[in-house]
Amino acid sequence: MNFDVQQIRKDFPALHQEIYGRPLVYFDNAATSQKPQVVIDRISEYYRTINSNVHRGVHHLSQQATDAFESSRNHIQQYINAQHAREVVITKGATDSINLVASSFGQKYLKQGDEVIISSLEHHANIVPWQVICEKTGAQLKVIPLTESSTLDLQAFQKMLNKKTKIVAVGHISNALGVVNPIREIIEMAHDFDIPVMVDGAQGIVHEKVDVQALDCDFYCFSSHKFYGPMGVGVLYGKTYWLSAMPPYQTGGEMIKSVTFEKTTYNDLPFKFETGTPNVADVIGFESAIKYIEDIGIAHIKTYEDDLLEYGIQKLKAIDGLRILAEGAPKAGVISFLLKDIHPYDAGTIIDKFGIAVRTGNHCAQPVMDLLEVPGSIRASMAFYNTREEIDRLVEAILKVREMFA
Amino acid sequence: MNVEDSAAQIVKEFSLFDDWMDKYNYLIEMGKSLPLIDEKYKTDQYLISGCQSRVWVSAELVDGKVVFKADSDAVITKGIVNLLIRVFSNQPPEDIIDADLSFIDEIGLKEHLSPTRSNGLVSMIKQMKLYAVVFKTKLKDQGA
Repeated sequence: MNFDVQQIRKDFPALHQEIYGRPLVYFDNAATSQKPQVVIDRISEYYRTINSNVHRGVHHLSQQATDAFESSRNHIQQYINAQHAREVVITKGATDSINLVASSFGQKYLKQGDEVIISSLEHHANIVPWQVICEKTGAQLKVIPLTESSTLDLQAFQKMLNKKTKIVAVGHISNALGVVNPIREIIEMAHDFDIPVMVDGAQGIVHEKVDVQALDCDFYCFSSHKFYGPMGVGVLYGKTYWLSAMPPYQTGGEMIKSVTFEKTTYNDLPFKFETGTPNVADVIGFESAIKYIEDIGIAHIKTYEDDLLEYGIQKLKAIDGLRILAEGAPKAGVISFLLKDIHPYDAGTIIDKFGIAVRTGNHCAQPVMDLLEVPGSIRASMAFYNTREEIDRLVEAILKVREMFA
Repeated sequence: MNVEDSAAQIVKEFSLFDDWMDKYNYLIEMGKSLPLIDEKYKTDQYLISGCQSRVWVSAELVDGKVVFKADSDAVITKGIVNLLIRVFSNQPPEDIIDADLSFIDEIGLKEHLSPTRSNGLVSMIKQMKLYAVVFKTKLKDQGA
């Protein structure tokens, strides 16, 4: 198909507005993406028609809502090529998914003296849950260091793997820097020691095709809202073997088979991990987002985004005094930079006045900012609806910032 | 100048600018001209939490008036804290506690009062008023 960005932009109503009298440039996609009209319509249609609680009622509406809900799960399964629908657990978001793994896996498998490996590039969401479970169980948290080019040091990782290592939890693409991690190699290396790997794919699934069977990851976590779907929905993919072995995360209704005051039997997968009424409307809305992405094709999206990123890097690099973080590393979707010694907060405040949404600060990844010895950065994160003209607008704003703080 | 006069003076200065860029340029100038805090105050004890940039505020009581000093690693934040210092510093604690801060809205910086701005203006104001409360109590104790 022909990739026509102007045509695609028409599908996203929120892109068409003025901020401080200028057309919005939305470069905060790594925080959350905008939503296509089909997603917005689907959510609204759900509430106007089949709204009812799922997996419970025998009545017609409840069955329709359940069918739509399970259809979304099946679609997610197909999209990531999971072997079974039961391996797709619906959560509140990637953070919720990671907490589930850390808590349930940790409770079952971690004990005093064991080790958990994460990386230097992680988002706080893939640091803190592991810190907490390590504290509870007496396990130790180990961190894969960075090479000089801000990629993960695989040689060091190789040496960290040992009999005490119980799980490796690593991001697919770094949210703060956009660095694409070699997860394939990491998974292979860990599997040589029979160690399972959880991939935080919150940024990963957005920018490239994810096939969980080909990757052979044991868990893959992501959020709907960064992937053009609604907020409040996430996915935990887990191999049946692990999900069956792990104890429930939260308890209550829906996740049970039978309850007496003496004993409760838990439901089958994936329901064992889905307690309470789920966010039905948004889970269904997420299916529309996936269909929308499939219609365009993630391969087309990747080609366009890589080209746009390259254009952006070249344009920004040409600005005197601008420094791109992790410049040499393989990247997707993100340019994280600093401008001379101007504080990111100062730069972001002025860039905002140009109607351009960028993120400033440590991007919930304080450890990597500390490692790079920067107070944070300015992050422009792109989606396939962004354009070269928008990059030019960003360049114009950056030049103004440089002038104002000279 | 009392609190009210200082605030009125700032409103007057900002009324000269029609567009945001001039306002921010002025704020940047004010940031650069902020009397800097002594390095010894740049510790966690004086750090205002809730800011994306780091801001330190110190206060001391001189002849019954509170003298504030501040610094930040971001210039716009320094400009903003300088505005607060011009209004609050060298004022009796009571006046600081009762100060009306509608001038921030009037000069078109209301957006900085929103909690999502994370520049900590709200936290700065809170901390400065808190200092004033402490000094007021101290003065009362001395008087008694």
